[in-house]
Amino acid sequence: MALVGVMRPGHAQIRVLDLEEGIHFYRDVLGLVETGRDTQGRVYFKCWDERDHNSLIIRQADRAGIDFFAFKVLDKATLDKLDADLRAYGLKTERIPAGDLLETGERVRFEIPSGHLIELYADKTCVGNGLDMVNPRPWNANSERGIAPIRFDHGLLYGPNIAAVQKIFTEVLGFFLVERVLTPDGKGNVAIWLSCSHKVHDIAFVEHAEPGKLHHCSFLLESWEEVLRAGDIMSMNKVPIDIGPTRHGITRGCTIYAWDPSGNRFETYMGGYQPYPDYQTLTWTFDELGPGLDYPQRKLHETFLTVVS
Amino acid sequence: MSTFQITIDETGETFPCHAESSVLEGMFKLGRREIPLGCRGGACGVCRIEVLAGDFRKKAMSRAHVDAADEKAGRVLACRIFPMSDLKLKVSGPIKRSLLAPAKDSCTHFFAAQQRGD
Repeated sequence: MALVGVMRPGHAQIRVLDLEEGIHFYRDVLGLVETGRDTQGRVYFKCWDERDHNSLIIRQADRAGIDFFAFKVLDKATLDKLDADLRAYGLKTERIPAGDLLETGERVRFEIPSGHLIELYADKTCVGNGLDMVNPRPWNANSERGIAPIRFDHGLLYGPNIAAVQKIFTEVLGFFLVERVLTPDGKGNVAIWLSCSHKVHDIAFVEHAEPGKLHHCSFLLESWEEVLRAGDIMSMNKVPIDIGPTRHGITRGCTIYAWDPSGNRFETYMGGYQPYPDYQTLTWTFDELGPGLDYPQRKLHETFLTVVS
Repeated sequence: MSTFQITIDETGETFPCHAESSVLEGMFKLGRREIPLGCRGGACGVCRIEVLAGDFRKKAMSRAHVDAADEKAGRVLACRIFPMSDLKLKVSGPIKRSLLAPAKDSCTHFFAAQQRGD
């Protein structure tokens, strides 16, 4: 097996200001599959083609934003090893018992210098994607309902100290740096895109004074036409769009960004490319951030750069 | 559907707003490009205003930007309030800079300032 260690983003827990509005949006407009509700009032979703029980959890709170972002690791031994590695590196870790999140095993939680809580876990109940395991059909009704992304793909988080964050992800967790945007003086990075897999990013960070902020959670679609269809569905439902449909220079992703009813930004996207761990990092200079963000229009969008939850 | 007149106290400018539209949507329909729209969901705080007179109903807005005292005093987010009468508003925060004195600085400067934590 080649893909070991940290495998992929596994779940994110998002705070919404009105739970019913959040449920309606994530289930009926974004088209995720609701998989459960717990005694704390949290509601669990997954994308239709994901097999694990949940990838997005929402809870009602008095402020929007993200509670934690988690990665699934290969197995229990990997979880224990990474926990020890994080502690040896000097980070404090905490064990959240199995079952705290529905159908989810023990989690290792730690805070990174950007002020975000990151989790690792090895076990989550496989509930399947609704297709057969033998002679499967290619799709089903859930793949056609709402925007219907196939997976929770990555997140972009805003906070301070991203140089220190990059070291943790690359030196302890086995990620590699795919692309970056330099600071105006060229001496540091204002933004980094990190991969633990064959994806152009599994998580990304932007340097920002206020810690622990969410820029967006991203959901993968399979074609540019599906991205345009997503834009139609957003407009039909009066979902406020930030930018797009367009293509990023950075990552080459083809995308729309919009906000959920509580002002948490999400992305529906397709494309990018498939880097291997020997990929040489691509660099964008600060003065070319416009095309990096919006390649056709070569435009800096103030809301995209500054509005976070 | 009822429509009310919203008055911006600093400029005397007025615009109509349906009872079912947020005050921010009403402002947006003026077609003024310099009015900044943020998340439009009560999270980001960009559209903070102060209601000086009039009645409105409101949806939940983030306590990160509007605390209980603010909310009681009418310092709220334009994207989360819906008029129930004519309203008089004072604009404040990022929206004020844009509405009253369109910023000359570029987004690049704005972004750089964000990085410095200004």
